[in-house]
Parts: sequence; structure tokens; C-alpha cells
Amino acid sequence: MIAPTETTKELVNIQLDGQWVQVPKGMNAIEAAKAFGKLIPHYCYHPKLQVVGNCRMCLIEMGTPKMGPDRKPILGTDGRPEIAWMPRPQIGCATNAAEGMAFRTTSPLIEECRKGVMEFLLINHPLDCPICDQAGECQLQEFSVEFGGEKSRFVENKVKKPKRVDLGERIVLDDERCILCSRCIRFTRDVAKDDCLGFVSRGSHTVLTAHPDKPFNNNYSLNTVDICPVGALTSKDFRFKMRVWFLKETPSICTSCGTGCNTIIGSRENVVHRQTPRDNEAVNECWMCDYGRLNFHYLNDGKRLTQPQVRVKQDLFPTDWEDVLSQAANSFKNVSPSEIAILASARMTNEELFLVKQLQKQLGGDAVLLDVLPRPQKADHLLVCDDGNPNSQGAQLLGVSQKGEKLETLRQGIASGKYRVVLALHEDLTILGISVENLNKIESLISLSLLSNEMTNISRFILPGAGFAEKRGSMINVKGRLQRLNKAIATAGSAKEDWEILNQLITHLGGASFSSIDEVFKTMAATYPVLANLSLSKIGDQGIALKFNS
Amino acid sequence: MRNVINMAAEEKRLIFKHIDQPGYTIDIDCYLKHGGYETAKKALTLKQADIINEVKASGLRGRGGAGFGCGLKWSFIPPTNTKPVYLICNADESEPGTFKDRQIIYKDPHQLLEGMLISCYANRVSLAYIYIRGEFPDGAKILEHAIEEARKRNFLGKNILGSEYSLEIYVHRGAGAYICGEETGLIESLEGKRAYPRIKPPYFPAVLGLYQCPTIVNNVETLCHVKHIMAMGGAEYTKLGTPNNTGTRILCVSGDVNKPGYYEFEVGKVTLGELIYDVCGGIQNGNQLKAIIPGGSSAKVLRADETFKIKQKQADGSIIEKSITINDIPMDFDTMAAAGSMAGSGGVIVMDHTRDMVEALANINEFYAHESCGQCTPCREGSLWMKKITTRMTHGGARKEDLGLLKNVADNIAGRTICAFGEACSWPTQSFIAKFPEEFENKAKPETSSEPIRTAA
Repeated sequence: MIAPTETTKELVNIQLDGQWVQVPKGMNAIEAAKAFGKLIPHYCYHPKLQVVGNCRMCLIEMGTPKMGPDRKPILGTDGRPEIAWMPRPQIGCATNAAEGMAFRTTSPLIEECRKGVMEFLLINHPLDCPICDQAGECQLQEFSVEFGGEKSRFVENKVKKPKRVDLGERIVLDDERCILCSRCIRFTRDVAKDDCLGFVSRGSHTVLTAHPDKPFNNNYSLNTVDICPVGALTSKDFRFKMRVWFLKETPSICTSCGTGCNTIIGSRENVVHRQTPRDNEAVNECWMCDYGRLNFHYLNDGKRLTQPQVRVKQDLFPTDWEDVLSQAANSFKNVSPSEIAILASARMTNEELFLVKQLQKQLGGDAVLLDVLPRPQKADHLLVCDDGNPNSQGAQLLGVSQKGEKLETLRQGIASGKYRVVLALHEDLTILGISVENLNKIESLISLSLLSNEMTNISRFILPGAGFAEKRGSMINVKGRLQRLNKAIATAGSAKEDWEILNQLITHLGGASFSSIDEVFKTMAATYPVLANLSLSKIGDQGIALKFNS
Repeated sequence: MRNVINMAAEEKRLIFKHIDQPGYTIDIDCYLKHGGYETAKKALTLKQADIINEVKASGLRGRGGAGFGCGLKWSFIPPTNTKPVYLICNADESEPGTFKDRQIIYKDPHQLLEGMLISCYANRVSLAYIYIRGEFPDGAKILEHAIEEARKRNFLGKNILGSEYSLEIYVHRGAGAYICGEETGLIESLEGKRAYPRIKPPYFPAVLGLYQCPTIVNNVETLCHVKHIMAMGGAEYTKLGTPNNTGTRILCVSGDVNKPGYYEFEVGKVTLGELIYDVCGGIQNGNQLKAIIPGGSSAKVLRADETFKIKQKQADGSIIEKSITINDIPMDFDTMAAAGSMAGSGGVIVMDHTRDMVEALANINEFYAHESCGQCTPCREGSLWMKKITTRMTHGGARKEDLGLLKNVADNIAGRTICAFGEACSWPTQSFIAKFPEEFENKAKPETSSEPIRTAA
């Protein structure tokens, strides 16, 4: 089938609903109309998928210039070509702009076509919107209201099809809701490169199904829920959890790997209910992987730390921030810089990492060990990159990362009892292979963490931090693109945003404090030329490609 | 104007010359004995362009249903093409009322192979397929046997008859779906996929056909005609039939006639009346003619008592308009189109006065609902909806509003689908309602409850 619209830079003149406009040659009618604020409704067409033209919703009237005997267009009084209109409607998705072409995106014929197609799509549809997850973001609902008839003329029995089909680990299919647009089939075959979906049976009895020996389990399966124009494909994770119109939508980025897919966080009353990809041609187009998409449930995990804690003898006791930070700051007294180690995380934002660097300086500069834990992983063909950390570039730029080269020193130093104060920021030292026994040799282990774990259980100070959806800040993806996280929900319990925790700890140690995260960024931007003249708000929702000078 | 009144229609057997002849078998020896492959031998010495010109000159129109010019179709292969060109013989004869190609395949397979050999040579095709419908298992075996025979005699294979030209023909069996007869659906099926017809543009077979290469898809009968055109010459061929409707064609008559069957006539040299009364022995049981579907079940029905206004082009170029009855309609492409229907695949279905037209339409609708591939919305949903309405009407559940509803549903399909199936499934409904509205109205008795009888999904 034909590739998604291929356009060139060459512009052609087309007549769009009577107006002559210029669009790139080859642009299809749907995109051309969209460029001028006009909607040609469609179901099967998707700008990232091959064109199949099966839904027939995008029918438009199309014309070409009338040709004279000299094989040149006959010009009207306005100097523009006269149009010969085709008697039959054409599909907008496969009608590509050429010089002198004319489109009518609306006309009595077209309205009749749309009304007809809407009726056909609905006669065998279960009309179960009240219990359908797609309600509120369903194109069948939307176009029915806008282009459909007001009542049904269908008095026959509807076609019965399979319900609640377990299509794969994360997807449930309702075949009766499916309008057979084949977007999911094309996506998984052509984009995810896992040709496991298809149609079986014929005519109105056609059903979507997964290959019997090949369940629909690939790491991109949930994208089909996004592109399904109706409620046929639903996410097991999200279905029946929340009506979509209750969701607050916060643009942010995924922090599950170095790609930094752009996302929308859907939350309600400080609970994240879903994450969906957000268009960004420079990063993820309109896709994201299932792993990253679902990697938010830990924000509500039962192990979530919600209260600062201080160890007294064998037990941890809840306390307030002032107490835990002053005690933690005190634990650095009479400790030489070489006896301090900080393990930061390349999962932290630039602002946080900048403050980590300030903290290192406050504690004695380079003599204080500082590094991050690298997370090399296997990249896939699409979005998952070979760096499991979302902000390795930022950690590199800000001088926090030594690419893990100091980790062995840290391991040995803890084992030998050299490090008397160790700060573990969003990393669990036990995953470095350091035993609890050795960790116990640390006089003052300060953990900034989201969840309780083996390490926090034996820490002296616990600083409950913020998850990715609970904070604002920036990261730099593997391709050097500066992108922004936005705060979707409040931090859990008494947990605080990390920049504030670090800021206050520095203050307790006698350092300068910042009044806002914007100020942190401003100072950082003044320090690093690559960030010059930037601010958090200037990053915008699409991010900025940084120009690194080597 | 031809005067056909009182002139007994006579068959002109060109394709069917040997069909049903006593002693004529499918063996290659028998075929050779009757002059078989002589035309191909001659053709292989000609220039390719000369053959194409000869076919163009013959005015041959496709016998599959659309009646598109064969030579013109061949000339759509881009002249700058560097990809392989494929030829596919469409032997997926599935249109209800049509049973001509199977006679050729089952009784004279080498005639088809010879026609294909010439056509392939003319278009520089070195690999051709015969796509045969799944319901013809014996036909597939016969063709494979014939191909084997032809290979042994070097009519197929490498360096055919000592020439530089090589050709392989493969038989590919369909799995039993009407839509596989649609040429782009056929191509998809041949590629191993569901037979979903392709969107045109851009997938015109002559440009982006099988494996995205230029492809010629011709009907069985059409390819056989190529052999006869080369045997007699294009100019001579045009003497058969009528202007713009040259040659002979096979008509398949079924339904309420005394002698149903297949007959071959010069195109336009037999009228519907002659066909039914002179050739087929009249309507059975002495009944009255009620309706004729002239070109396979998707063609629009003609009513026996209609008068048809048709324009005819005269030899001097002038056009005269005249009114004729159904009996006077000559069986050619242009007149049948002028009469508001189509010559289609040559399947003439005759119905007498005992036939209930709603029942007849319900039968046709059931076929098209079953055969809609389901790819595009209007046909997928509309064909089943029409079937459900007409089935309900024949089961005592007709309503007054069904007539208008049926027509509107059909109108919402025709012209809005990917392939011509949209027309194929809506034309019967449109024409049956237009021609026999009273039968549909009468179904809805006034006392009928407004609650319809539901039919099974």
C-alpha cells in the first residue's frame, strides 16, 4: 500500500472550497484542508500509516482543470483554471494535490456521503457509550454528532461478534465496536514490525484478531489503543478506571529511557491514571513504548515514602523536614571531603543535578566522590534507546556524571569503611552489589528516595522525594534535546520536590539558596553556555535541540 | 439500421467451435489435429508491437464484464517500464448467471493457453498466472495437465519453438470468494493476502499490479479471442459483430426458458427476443416473460413491458433516437448500456411472470451480502442491510417505508466504494425497485404491524 503522504517542497495552487491556496505538491486533501483549518472527517487515514482508503468517511468532491484543445487549462475571468468536477466523490486520503486541482470539503453531495457512511458504521455498532472507555474521545461519537443523522432507520438484528477478546497482555478487544479501519493492523505490521493482527471472516462479519500463535504482546501494543478511533481496543491497565473527561492533561516527558518520549499525563485528584504519547516529530512522532507508558504505577505504590524519617538507635522515626535536614547537615561535621560520597541519579532533572553539584562544592568540591549509575540497555528499532537513564546528557553536562567510573571506588570505599557520610539520591546502593553489612559501616547514610527498600531500611536519614509526575524541571535526551517535565500531581504526603530538598540541605550547610526552580535554571543557564538565554518556560512543549560545541 | 425482424438468429461459433463436438477432447494431440498452436507459431515470428496493433485494430472488448478495450488496456503499460510485466488470466468466473469460461477451461484448455501465449509474447511477459476459482478443482487439474503437455511440446517453457522467447504459466486456485474476480482483489489474493481490492489511484494494475509491477489482467474468453484475431487478422475480425462491438461473444442463458445454455453469437447480431424465443425455445410452461437480467446478476434488470429509448450511431455518423421493446434489444455492449443496463459478463437471466421480484431481489442480495469482502464501509454494511430488509420483506415483515429505505441504502453504496462491487450490489436493488415498485409496495400490507419481523443476523 502507499506510504504516508509524501510531499515535496514544491508548492502547487489548488482550489479549496472556492479559494485558491498554495500547498506542497503531493499533500493529500485531508492534510491540505487541515492546513487551512478545515476538517475532512476520517477514520482509517492516519498521517503515520499507509493509506488504505477503506472507511470512506473522507469523501470529497474533486476537480481538475478543464483542458482546451491546445492541452492547456482553460482560464476563467479570474485568470484561474476552470474546473471540471468529477461526478463521483473521491477519498481525501488518497487524493494528492497537483497544480490546478480543486477540492470541495463540503457540499450537499458530501454531506449526504458522510451521513450515509455514519449510518453504515452505526447500524451494527453496539451503541454502548455509557460503558465504553472511549466515550469522550471517540471519533464515532464526535462525527456522529457532527455529520450523522438524528435517528436510526435500522430495525434489523445487529451482527453479533466476540466481546472482551484477550488480544494480548495489555489489550482487550471488543469486536462489535470495531469499525474495521485497520489502523491497528497497519501500525503493528509497519511501525512496530510485529505482523500479528489481521482480519478474519468476511463482509459485515469480519473480525479483528491476533494470530493464534502470536499474541499481541509487543512493546508498542498500547499505541493501537491511542489510534483506534473507537472503543474497540482498550488498555487493560486503564479500562474502567476513569472517565476521560475527568482527567487533567499535563504535557510532560517519559523518563523511562534516554529517548524522552513526549507525553500527556492524565491525572485526577493527584492520582495519575494514564500516560499517552504526545506528538513531537523530533522525538517520538506520536508513539511511545508500553513499558514507558505504564511506568507510573510506582507513584502510588504501597512502599511510597511520604514522611521524612530519622533513625534513633535501631528504629526509624517520622519527623519534620526541618529536623531531618538539620540533623543530616550536622552529620557532615568533622567529616573530611574525602570521606563523603554522593551517588546521584541520571534520572534526576538538570535543576536537581545542578544543585547536587552545588552541594558537592559546599561539602568540599572534587574531593567529594560524585557519580551516577549508568544504565546501558538494548535499544530496539523504534523508540527504546540504549540508555536506560533519561538524563545522562544533563548529568554529563553538569559534571555530575563520571559515567560510572567512580562506582568501583565507591564500592570499595564503603566496604573499607572509608566513606563516613554517603548520600544516595534516587539510587539504591544495594543494586551496585554493596551488601547491607557494608552499608552498615557508613556512619550517616542519607537516602533521598521514592520507595522504601533494603537501603532505606538501614539509612540514618530518609528524605522522601518526588516522582516524575510530581515535579517541574528539564532533562536532555540522548540526542541532546532539552525537554521539560511538568508537574501533574502533588507530591505524596509530606514528600517534597527534590530541588527543594537539595536546596534546603545546602542552606543548612551554609550555602546560598534559591527561591524558585526557575531561578535554579537561570543560574544554571548563566553557568553553561549551551543553555545561554534559555529558561524553563522557553523550553516549551516541543523542547529545544541544544547546540553542543565540542 | 439493421433489420433483424424475422431473421433467424444463427450462432457463430468461434471460441466454441469445437466445444461439445463429438470426439473433441482436451488432449494436445486433438488440439493440434484441429490446427492448434499454428497461430501462436505465426505470432512468435511477428514483432510484439504488430500483435498489439492487430488487437487494437480488432476492437476487442473485454469479455469479463466491463467491456474495456483490450488493446487499450495493454497499451497502459508504461513505455519506460523496466520491471517485469505479468499477465494474469482471470478465470475466477463467479458472477451469478455466467458459465462460459468454465466451458473453455473444461473442454478446450489449449485454446486458452494459445491465447495466453500470444498475449504474453506481445506484452513481453515471461511469467503468467491463471487465477481459477476454487470451485473449479477439476478445471485447475485440466489446466495443469494442459500446461504440462504444452511444456513437453515446447509451446511453453524456455525458448519456445526455438525462439528467444520463454514463458511459464502457473495455475493458482482461489479459495472461493467472489471478490477475487475483481482484478486488484485478485492480485492481492495472488500475492497471498486477503482479496481486498486496491484503491485506484494509485494501484492501476497496468502500473502497480502484481508485486507492484505492471500487470495485465484479462478474462478467459478475451484471451481466447486474441488467438482468433491473430488467426484472421484484426481487420477481418471487425467484420464480425457490429461497429465498436466487434467479434463474437458467448451468452449464458439461464432461468425460465425451455433451453437454457451457452450460445455464441456475433456481438449485437442477436436480439434478446431472438435469443429467448428462437434460440432458447421460449419461456417455459408457456408462461409470460416478466424480466431479464442481461449481463450477470449485478446488471440492472429489464422489465418485459418497458420501452427503451436508445440512440444509435449510423454508418454515416448521424445519430438517431428510437424506441424499442425488450425483444428488440441487440446483445451488444453499447445498446445494453443505452437501455440502462449492461452486457456485463454475458449471463442472461430470464424470469417469467410467476416470479416474485422481491424474492428474486432477496436472493441476489443474499449473494452480495455473503460475498462483500468487508473492506470498505458502505458495501460491507450496506449489502448486509439490504439483504436483511429484503429477507424480512419476503418473510411477512414488509413495511411501507422499506421501499424508500432500500433505495436510499443502495444509493448510499453505489459510487462510494473502493471497487465496483459497490455498484454490483446496489444496482439490482436500485433497478428492481425502479422497475417493479408495485411488487415492493404490495408486500407491505396495511394491516402489517409496525413492529417488524427480525431476521437472523
